[in-house]
Amino acid sequence: MTRKQRRMTIIGGSLAVLALAAALVLNALRDSIVFFSTPSMVAEKHIEPGKRFRLGGLVQPGSLQRGDNLAVTFEVADGSAKLPVAYKGILPDLFREGQGVVAEGALDANGVFKADTVLAKHDETYMPKEVADALKKQGHWKDDYGGKASEGTKPAATTAQGNPQGAMR
Amino acid sequence: MIAESGHYALVLALGLALIQSIVPLVGARLRDAALMNVARSTALAQLLFVGVSFAALVMLHVNSDFSVANVYENSHSAKPLLYKITGVWGNHEGSMLLWVSILALFGGLVAAFGNNLPLSLRAHVLAVQAWIASAFYLFILVTSNPFLRIANPPIEGRDLNPVLQDIGLAVHPPMLYLGYVGFSISFSFAIAALMEGRIDAAWARWVRPWTLVAWIFLTLGIAMGSYWAYYELGWGGWWFWDPVENASLMPWLAGTALLHSALVMEKRNALKVWTILLSILTFSLSLLGTFLVRSGVITSVHAFATDPTRGVFILLILCLFIGGSLALFAGRATSLKQGGLFAPISREGALVLNNLLLTVACAVVLFGTLYPLAMEMLADFKMSVGAPFYNLTFAPLFALLLLAVPFGPMLAWKRGDLLGVMQRLLAAGVAGLVAVAIAWGWATGGSTLAPLAIGLGVFVIAGAVTDIVERTGLVRLPFATVLHRARGLPRSAWGTAFAHAGLGVALIGIVCETTWNSEHIATMKPNDVAHVAGYDLKLDGLFQRQGPNYREMIAEFKISRDGEALTVMTPSKRSFTTRGSSTTEAALLTRGASQLYVSLGDATAEGAIAVRIYYKPMVLLIWWGPVLMAFGGMLSLSDRRLRVGAPKPARAKQRLQPAE
Repeated sequence: MTRKQRRMTIIGGSLAVLALAAALVLNALRDSIVFFSTPSMVAEKHIEPGKRFRLGGLVQPGSLQRGDNLAVTFEVADGSAKLPVAYKGILPDLFREGQGVVAEGALDANGVFKADTVLAKHDETYMPKEVADALKKQGHWKDDYGGKASEGTKPAATTAQGNPQGAMR
Repeated sequence: MIAESGHYALVLALGLALIQSIVPLVGARLRDAALMNVARSTALAQLLFVGVSFAALVMLHVNSDFSVANVYENSHSAKPLLYKITGVWGNHEGSMLLWVSILALFGGLVAAFGNNLPLSLRAHVLAVQAWIASAFYLFILVTSNPFLRIANPPIEGRDLNPVLQDIGLAVHPPMLYLGYVGFSISFSFAIAALMEGRIDAAWARWVRPWTLVAWIFLTLGIAMGSYWAYYELGWGGWWFWDPVENASLMPWLAGTALLHSALVMEKRNALKVWTILLSILTFSLSLLGTFLVRSGVITSVHAFATDPTRGVFILLILCLFIGGSLALFAGRATSLKQGGLFAPISREGALVLNNLLLTVACAVVLFGTLYPLAMEMLADFKMSVGAPFYNLTFAPLFALLLLAVPFGPMLAWKRGDLLGVMQRLLAAGVAGLVAVAIAWGWATGGSTLAPLAIGLGVFVIAGAVTDIVERTGLVRLPFATVLHRARGLPRSAWGTAFAHAGLGVALIGIVCETTWNSEHIATMKPNDVAHVAGYDLKLDGLFQRQGPNYREMIAEFKISRDGEALTVMTPSKRSFTTRGSSTTEAALLTRGASQLYVSLGDATAEGAIAVRIYYKPMVLLIWWGPVLMAFGGMLSLSDRRLRVGAPKPARAKQRLQPAE
């Protein structure tokens, strides 16, 4: 086998594997991607029941209710809209009323968000970055919230959550 | 004084690194041995000064000197000594200091043990190391100085993030960094080879041990991190496809590919250009990982203490090194001579396939990690790419790779006989099929793919065993001869077998855990009994206990199976007063390779408590696999051929062809 043929075999093989990978990725992108929404985005855009998405916002103070057998309901708010959330299971260690939360699940027929996962992905300031960004964009970012959340945290962390994207653009 | 000395030592290390960046290169240009040898002394002195700086920070943490901001923010006088020490790298500034310390350590090792390297190659390698070091010293001194003082020192510190107060922090980050940063050596060798315009099989023989060392540590570091997440986060997950986890997986995939392509280069003098490119890519992915973790551009479980200004600095370093090295590669790679020929079906061909699948799998992970970030910046909407994406893309590619693994070591160099290898692997194939049948018959519920995956895992293990059986002549030959042959077999052959078998072991663990894991979540009162996977867990009672810097609520479970009492499990929930946060300490009961896992949720007003109980069959195999792989790597490292400093004949060859 000549050098040229060998090279063609290797290039052909590489292209085949790359094509396979591209096909797999495109196929996976069709239905395994989960979008992020806030309650007001849910209110604006009609999201059909059963479509999975991630809901982010603040846990409305006073809305947390524990039912039987680990069922909990609470409301997620972003300043202009609220959405009821139902979840069954143990809430993460960092779940707090008045703090940020990200839940994954889908709306049911009554417009209640049935969460199957409540994410504990927080930094030490109890504020998921996605939620902080969304709130800021809608102009509901309370400056005092940043102060309150980072109580006992260094100022650097507050600026970090203040505008994490600013530096990137 | 300690803080100032540490700071000063770091500045001196920067000065030394700057000298080391330039002088040896000038020496190489002028063919001046004295100037080239400067690299050796500066690298060792750099190691000394960084060591002093790191020791200073450790002392400050141990002494609880709260006049230093870093100590105040991350320590507490009541914290146990172990966590005072590990807390040094449980924060951004300290972990960057650990990063450069390990970089200096590797530079120092090359300087100390690289006596048989050609002088100009060593000068180039150490100079490139010094470029990286200078950039990161500057980064630390400008944006994240761990030695900053506070004007009015507080009396008490704010304690370390409770999740990090665990033995895992003592092991996981140093291991991971030894892996990440270890790849800087192969990077430096690649850049040196490009700058000198010369590369041969001896080059691969020098690079491979370093790559192997980095790979072993990275393998163990990732496995350790996964086990830590598994028991510490309290929900029994061991891999989340989190961007930061991906950031460590990508260099591992590229590094594994590098390990294999360097083998082809060493034995057959082929794939030179590709090996150089892989060396560059592997370390670039390590830098990308550092950027992802340290900049906070991505929401992640690891995103503690991040700061965007630092992100920009690391992004600059990233662009400089990746862009610069790739530009150098593009300019110089064509001048490297092509090596030996081989047929597509041969050991080389199999290793090319391995590289192809590993790099494509790595590219898929890179895509999944950066796609949400790109969409957010370009199209301004947020999304997340999670496990379903990787199950549909990464898993099939890896399954293909595993299917090919047993064939590789059995094919001959240059031209292999696929049919012959298939015949020799027949027994392994049959073992795999039997495993599929057994898993199929035994399993209740779960995906239909699971038995197939278990069969694949058994095939990989049986393939590795077959290779050793064939080489030693077990079955065919008398036992004494077999023993003699086994002793005579190169350690690297044993290493290959162990590492490959480790892949199969991990796969079986992953499949069993994800498919037949049983979960039970309930609120329990004292004397309630939960039944999970044949085990009875009786909640005896709840107790309070005071720890050094936390309060702890402990639940006591009596575990029995078929009426026979086994043991007592005590999961707990700790609340840390200083930070006002709590952690879940899961209790684990190991039975063979399987584990019973109990963790606590919140207590209700009526004295009941939410409990999460999992039975995870074969879960420990997930981590035994990587341990086997690392063990295989160590065996391979101890091989005479690979011992750092072995290549004597190549040195003679080097002398015959002077630098162009």
